[in-house]
Amino acid sequence: MASALVAEVARRLARRARWRPFEYAFWLAALASVFLLPGRHLILTEIAWLALFALSLDLILGYAGIISLGHAAFFGLGSYLAALLAKHGVINEPVLALVVSGVCAAVLGFATSFLVLRGSDLTRLMVTLGVALIMREIANQIPDITGGADGLQGVVVAPILGMFHFDIFGHVSYAYCLIVLFVLFLLARRVVYSPFGLSLRAVKGNALRASSIGISVNARLVAIYTFAAFYAGVAGALLAQTTAFASLDVFSFERSADLLLVLIIGGTGYLYGGLIGAVIFKLMQDWIANLTPQYWQFWIGLVLVLIVLVGRDRIGLWTGGVRALAERLTRRLAPGAAPVPVPPGEGR
Amino acid sequence: MLTILFDGIAYGMLLFVLACGLSVTLGLMNFVNLAHGSFAMAGGYITLVLVNRAGLPFFAGLPIAFVATALIGALFERTLYVHVYSRSHLDQVLFTIGLVFMSVAAVDYVMGSQQVFIQIPSVLQGRFEIFGVGVGRYRLLIIVICGLLTVALQLILSSTRFGSRLRASVDDARVARGLGINVNAVFSLTFAFGSGLAGLGGALGAEILGLDPTFPLKYMVYFLIVVTVGGTSSITGPFAASLLIGLADVAGKYYVPKFGAFVIYTIMIIVLILRPQGLFARAAGK
Repeated sequence: MASALVAEVARRLARRARWRPFEYAFWLAALASVFLLPGRHLILTEIAWLALFALSLDLILGYAGIISLGHAAFFGLGSYLAALLAKHGVINEPVLALVVSGVCAAVLGFATSFLVLRGSDLTRLMVTLGVALIMREIANQIPDITGGADGLQGVVVAPILGMFHFDIFGHVSYAYCLIVLFVLFLLARRVVYSPFGLSLRAVKGNALRASSIGISVNARLVAIYTFAAFYAGVAGALLAQTTAFASLDVFSFERSADLLLVLIIGGTGYLYGGLIGAVIFKLMQDWIANLTPQYWQFWIGLVLVLIVLVGRDRIGLWTGGVRALAERLTRRLAPGAAPVPVPPGEGR
Repeated sequence: MLTILFDGIAYGMLLFVLACGLSVTLGLMNFVNLAHGSFAMAGGYITLVLVNRAGLPFFAGLPIAFVATALIGALFERTLYVHVYSRSHLDQVLFTIGLVFMSVAAVDYVMGSQQVFIQIPSVLQGRFEIFGVGVGRYRLLIIVICGLLTVALQLILSSTRFGSRLRASVDDARVARGLGINVNAVFSLTFAFGSGLAGLGGALGAEILGLDPTFPLKYMVYFLIVVTVGGTSSITGPFAASLLIGLADVAGKYYVPKFGAFVIYTIMIIVLILRPQGLFARAAGK
């Protein structure tokens, strides 16, 4: 009896986690952009790390319901660490430096996650914002190490895996960012479709009820916050490595606020929101900045206001429509896909 | 030492006038208004135009700044903010950040991005000494004006009919509605009044805090710290918090300039860890 239930749960989880045609199309398009749009690789690189950063916010906002105004803290830490590691030749290999930066950001995320557990939305806003501001102030106050307000210059990034040199057209950096994004996306996808991801959704829906069915709410929140901080750190490190520069700007409030906009444009809670949002945001920013170089922030603000006034649900409809269509296609094309085994533990 | 105390109190009083409107609107509607600083900036720039360009006396500029900002606040509240009250906190944050970005860029466009100063009358410049304590005339003025305002606010809150309605609405909006209090009207009035106070604070503070288009972003954190540390259920909480933050910031920047900005952030985080509801708040009623 119990084993039948377990099998049923596993079957349902596997069905949720199945790859949809829309997803294949998305990643094929991303792959095609490497070969078809060589002249746009610089902006595509920016889109790739921004997408990873937004994915990181989606993990805590869309799946765990934590509003953060200070996600730039982890992004900035990763960015400075990657730049410092490369500058002083501590870890020359970019991929290894990327992982180290991400892990350090995760440590910061773990340490500050306990602050986020307490209090209301407003308290969380304040604490996350405060952490980012403190990080910025630290970076500002130790100019010997970070270069202070001038930024960290003279960073030379070694070739990736000792083979691929970064070029000024962004060909290598785009491929590099895209691969990192894809790998980390796969990992995030695995996590959110696991029983752990389900329990996060339960916590987001109603923390009290989640705890009464035996989910340890705080432990889950700490775990996902730390995990998301790792992603943000890696995104920051990608920025530092592809531009060979790090400045105080990486910690700025605007960065955290823009990130919220990116995620909201794409929609929260289905992983692709951050990626789609990053594409739209960067193209929009590029277009507006060409029209009015100095005042593009006004139009960004207007977009935010309009999105809220129109309603995020209604904005979300267009992605929802695409998803529903994709779902129907999946059902028609593949009526009975083989179930994927579910990892033991977690799903109590 | 006493001079620092004096400057700190002036700074704290100023923060209180700037932030008390925010604390009331937050407590009343549970509405996170990050754009509060934009109203302060509006007040500052209105005074600037009136005093520097139209040649009005400084003391005439202040009340006009108050009224004008209050009107702007009321207009925004009626046309835009009303749609967002029932939304989630995330929506409110996005909405008000959008407003901040727009106000920053718009002021930049109209007034230029450089820092500006309001011409204050020569009577208010300089400082004098009482018992060996250096007292800046302008700071003394700020303390006097803000002190009077605080007393007036406290009196309005505690002993007028509107004040008791407001307190009832903050304590429990649902029950207040049930008793026939028009909470939305109370809120509109309070919002306008709070915006007006912010505008006045912006005009007064231009000399001390500086005035440039990024004002709302720079001081947003300070306002929020005052509100979160002070709690939202009274005005004595934010008042005490403002003084604390003002003193800590001035003293921190004077004694340990290297750690200047850390001091208030650290205070904020410690307070939030120990008392998530704010330092002076009662247990949440909602």
